[in-house]
Amino acid sequence: MGNPFGSEITSDILLDDIGFLDDWETRYRYIIDLGKRLPEMSESLKIPETLLGGCQSQVWIVPHFENATRTLTFEVDSDAFIVKGLLAMVMAAYNQKTPEQILQFDIEHYFAETGLLRHLSPTRGNGLKSMVKRIQGVAKENS
Amino acid sequence: MARVDTSTSMGTNLSASAPLDESELNALREQFPTLQQSVHGKPLIYFDNAATTQKPRAVIDALQQYYCNDNSNVHRGAHLLADRATQGFEEARIALAKYLNAEAAEQIIWTRGTTESINLVAQTWGRSQLSKGDEILVSAMEHHANIVPWQLLCEATGALLKVIPVSGDGELDLEVYANLLTRRPKLVAITHVSNALGTINPVKQLTEQAHAAGATVLIDGAQAMPHWQVDVQDIGCDFYAFSGHKMFGPTGIGALYGKRRLLEAMPPWHGGGEMIARVSFEKTTYNELPYKFEAGTPHIAGVIGLGAAVQWLNAQNREAFCRHEDSLLAYAHAQADDFKGITRIGRARHKAGVLSFLLNQSHPQDVGTLLDQQGIAVRTGHHCAMPIMDQYRIPGTVRASFAFYNTHQEVDALFRALHKVVSFL
Repeated sequence: MGNPFGSEITSDILLDDIGFLDDWETRYRYIIDLGKRLPEMSESLKIPETLLGGCQSQVWIVPHFENATRTLTFEVDSDAFIVKGLLAMVMAAYNQKTPEQILQFDIEHYFAETGLLRHLSPTRGNGLKSMVKRIQGVAKENS
Repeated sequence: MARVDTSTSMGTNLSASAPLDESELNALREQFPTLQQSVHGKPLIYFDNAATTQKPRAVIDALQQYYCNDNSNVHRGAHLLADRATQGFEEARIALAKYLNAEAAEQIIWTRGTTESINLVAQTWGRSQLSKGDEILVSAMEHHANIVPWQLLCEATGALLKVIPVSGDGELDLEVYANLLTRRPKLVAITHVSNALGTINPVKQLTEQAHAAGATVLIDGAQAMPHWQVDVQDIGCDFYAFSGHKMFGPTGIGALYGKRRLLEAMPPWHGGGEMIARVSFEKTTYNELPYKFEAGTPHIAGVIGLGAAVQWLNAQNREAFCRHEDSLLAYAHAQADDFKGITRIGRARHKAGVLSFLLNQSHPQDVGTLLDQQGIAVRTGHHCAMPIMDQYRIPGTVRASFAFYNTHQEVDALFRALHKVVSFL
C-alpha cells in the first residue's frame, strides 16, 4: 500500500531525528510534517463507528489484521495537524507489527524520550490516549 | 464605589477615573504569585481567566491562616477554634451579601459553584413549582450548566424548555424573547455574560420583562462576577448563581443568592447534618435559612478564602479595573480585526473580557498548543456551550479571556505569537 510507517519510518528513526531537534519550533514543525506523510484516509471511512469519542479534535482509526503475516495495519486521521503528527509517531511504532510486538512496545517510554509525553495525558483531550488504548485493545483481540 | 449599570457595557456610566498606570499594574500583578512564572521557558501570559482566575496573595494567606490556626468544624464545637472558624465562615457570608447588595446574609447559600447553585434551584424550586406543560426559557448562548439542569427538570416534571435565539453577532433576539414571554413561562434562566462569546446581556431589562409576564428569573453570574460588582437588587432577579474561583477566590466554593420568600418556600435538597432543626424517625423538621440548604460539613476553608477575595476586591479601585479591562478588550479587538485570517466569533455591542476567534482554517486545538509553547494560556474548544457552536457551524473557537491583571503588552505578545502560529499551519 506504500505506507512507510512501521517500515521505512520506525520509532527508532523518529527518536533519532527528534533527538537532534533542540527547540520547540523545529520539533513541532517536524511533527506536523510527519503527519502530512500519513497515507490519506478515504472520507468514506470517516464515520461515527471509526471516530474516537470524547476528543476535542476528531480522530479516526480503522484497523486491519492480515492473517497471512499476522500483522496489524491501521488507517488513521485527525482534523488537527499536531494530533495527526502525533498519530504518525504512534504509527511508526505500531503499524505493520504483530499483536505481540504492539503489546510489548513501551509507548510511554517512547513519548517520554521525545519530550512529548504530556500529549499522551488523557487531560489533553486530543484523542491520542484513546487511540493507543484502542490499538492495544485490537492487538489483544488478535494475539 | 459607583456600581456599574449592568445593562450596559462595563466602564460606561462611570465617573471619570484614570485607567491603571504601569506602576499600579505592576504592583497589582505582584500580588498574584501564579503570574510570576515561566512556562516552556517564556514568561506566562495567562489568558484563560474565563475558565478560572488567579488568586491574590490575600486569598492564599487566608486559606493558610485557616488551616494553620483556625481549622475546626463550624456551628457546633464548644471550643475556641470552632468559634473562630464559625465567625470567619459567617463573616464571609455577610461580606458577600453586602458586596452583592443582597437584602440579608441568609439569602446567600453556599454551594460548590454556579453549576450546583443552578441544580439546587432546578431540584427544589423547580420540582416543587413546575408541572407538565410549564415552560422554561433559556437562551441559545447558555453554558451547559444553565441548560442540562433544566433538561433534567423537564424530564422529571414534563415541563418544556424553550430557547431564546441569538443573532450572528451573539446578541439575544429581544423580539422573540418578548414573544416567548406571552406564553407565560414559569422561569427565565439567562446568563449575565456569555462565557464563549463575551456578550453582556441586559439582565435588568430582561428581568423586568420576565416579571411582568409572571416568570421567576435566574441569572447565571459566573462570567460577570470577575469583571464588576454585581447588584442583585438593582437587577431585580429572583436567583443569582456564581462561582468563587472565577472571582479570584478558591475552587470548590460558590453561592446562590435568592429572594427570601422563594428560598423559604423551597423544600430542602440534600439531607444530612446542619440542615435540620430536629430529627426523629417519625418526623424531621428543617433548619432555617440558609442552613436548610447546607447539609453536611461545608467547604469552610473555601468560604473563608472567598470572603478574603471579596475583602480584597472591596479594597481595589474597581472603576479603574473596569476601564483597564475595557481598554484591553478594545485593543485586542482592534488587533484581531487587523489580523489577516482571524474571524472573531461574538461581536455583540456590549462585551466583557472575551476574545473568541478562529484562525484561517486551523483547528483551535493546534492554535492552542502552539500558543502554549510560546507561554500563552488560552482555552480552545466548545467552551461547554455546544448549542451556540452548532448554531455558528463551528466545532469550537480559540478563546483569550482577560482579567484586570493582564496588560496591553501581553495582548501584543498574543498577536506576535499568532503570527508565528500561522507560519506552522
